[in-house]
Formats: sequence, C-alpha cells, structure tokens
Amino acid sequence: MKNKLSLFVIAIFLSFCFVIFYKGLNTPNNYTPKVSEKKNIPNFKAKDFDSNNFINSDKIFEENTFYIVNIWASWCVPCRAEHPLLMQLSNNQSIQLIGLNYRDNFNNAQKFINEFGNPYSRILIDKDGTLGIEFGAYGVPETFLIDKNKNIIKKYVGPINQEIMNEIKLIIK
Amino acid sequence: MKILRIFIVLFMVTNFTELRSDETNDALKNKILKNIRCLICQGQSVYDSESDFASSIKFIVDKKTNEGLNEEQIYQFLRKKYGDWIIYDPQLNKNTYILWLLPLLLFLFGGAIIFKKLNNQK
Repeated sequence: MKNKLSLFVIAIFLSFCFVIFYKGLNTPNNYTPKVSEKKNIPNFKAKDFDSNNFINSDKIFEENTFYIVNIWASWCVPCRAEHPLLMQLSNNQSIQLIGLNYRDNFNNAQKFINEFGNPYSRILIDKDGTLGIEFGAYGVPETFLIDKNKNIIKKYVGPINQEIMNEIKLIIK
Repeated sequence: MKILRIFIVLFMVTNFTELRSDETNDALKNKILKNIRCLICQGQSVYDSESDFASSIKFIVDKKTNEGLNEEQIYQFLRKKYGDWIIYDPQLNKNTYILWLLPLLLFLFGGAIIFKKLNNQK
C-alpha cells in the first residue's frame, strides 16, 4: 500500500514536470507584444517637426476622430515599404496620421518626406526614443490605431501591409 | 589662514558628499537596468545591450529617476507599457505563484521525507 502510494506520488510529480517542460518547449521565449489590449494614450510633450515648438499630447489628439500614430525613421528600410500605404490612408477623411520620427537625423528625415511624400498631419520628433517607450513601442516601424475615445485599440508591429490596411479601414468606417 | 583652511575643508566635504550621492544614483540606475530585459535581444539585459530599444530604456530610466521615481515605481511604469516580461524578477501573481511556491513545496516535501527516514532509523 505504502509502495503504491509512493509510486503514485512520483508518477504525479513526473507528469507535472513533463507538462511544465512540454509547455515551456512550445512557448517562444522571445517577446511577443500584446496587440489587442486597450490602453489610454500617454500624456507627453513632444517637439513638432515643422515648427520645432513643444506641443502637448492633448493638443495633438484634440479632434473627435480616429488617429494613427506611426513610428518611422529615414534609416528604417521597412518604413519605405509601408509608406505608399500610409499615403493612401492619408486620403481618408475619417482618420488623421501622426508620425513619430524615431531616433533620426532631421535632414535625413526631411529628405525622406520630400522624396516619398508626407502622409502625416503632424510629425513629432522622438530624438532619444523615449516617446516610443511611452507608447509601449519596441522598434520601428510600429503603428498604433487610436479610437475617438483616445484609446489605443490596435498595435501593429512591423510594416503595414494591405491586410492591415483593410482591417484599419473596416474599423474606421 | 585659518579661515582659508576651514573653507577648503568645507569645500572638500560638500564636494565629496555630492560625489557620493551621484555614485549612489548611478548604482541604483545600474541595478534597475540590470533587472530590465531587452525585449529585442535574446538573453540580454538592457544594461548589457547596445540596441536602440535598450538605449531608449536607459534614457527613460534616467529621466524617471531624475523625476524622483523610486525603483518600484519605474518597474511599475515599464510593466504597464510592456507587461511582466520586461522585468527579470517576476512579481508574485496568479501566473507566477507556481514559480515562487514550487521550490518551497519541494523543500518541505524533501525535508519531510528526510525527517521521516531519520525517525524510522531511530
């Protein structure tokens, strides 16, 4: 009876270890961001790309419309790939695009905009990347969709593609 | 001459105090950075990493400590932005209670077996 009980306890323990390790093997150990969690937009003060003046986040998101915050940089190759789609989206009247120029050289960023066009109603300068951190970003490009209640409702890591565009258009319709 | 000496002593004392305060602040920042995971590099802390993400986190930790936030408040800020994964030292919550309690349970279980064996030998 005692031996049976010991065997049972050992079997339970080994099964438990097996389940833990099996789950561990199947779970990626790199960071996978939560993309559908609703969050409020952070309060921040940022430098405007055109006027070079500091502007408060309340002033940036003051209109009752959807917003896209797109983190980009002139040195970022995937940003070039998504740019035509952002240009296309900027024609939509129900959304405003805010660009966050991430750790970039001002002249290079200006050249980028001159060459590929400006889809943004406002560009903010994020010289040291701290503004991106306030948004919970971890790289570039990254895009946040903000609803009329000023909540971040979607986060797209990496360049925007046609599928994402269709999803955004469906949400803001 | 005496007054000059007093001034020199006072100058040295105040400066060393400042230096010590800076050192303490740097030590705290380093401690925090070593406990933050670099999310885009594998197995590296923000302290060890040279990536853009790590560099931005270093800036933000610097900014927050200068604003007067303590260690736990900075972790709380980062958890809010990125979740528990960003901190190396996990908090006790419903996702981590096995992690925290299992070693203790195993220790108690092992201790009970040894205690029982020793008692039986007597």
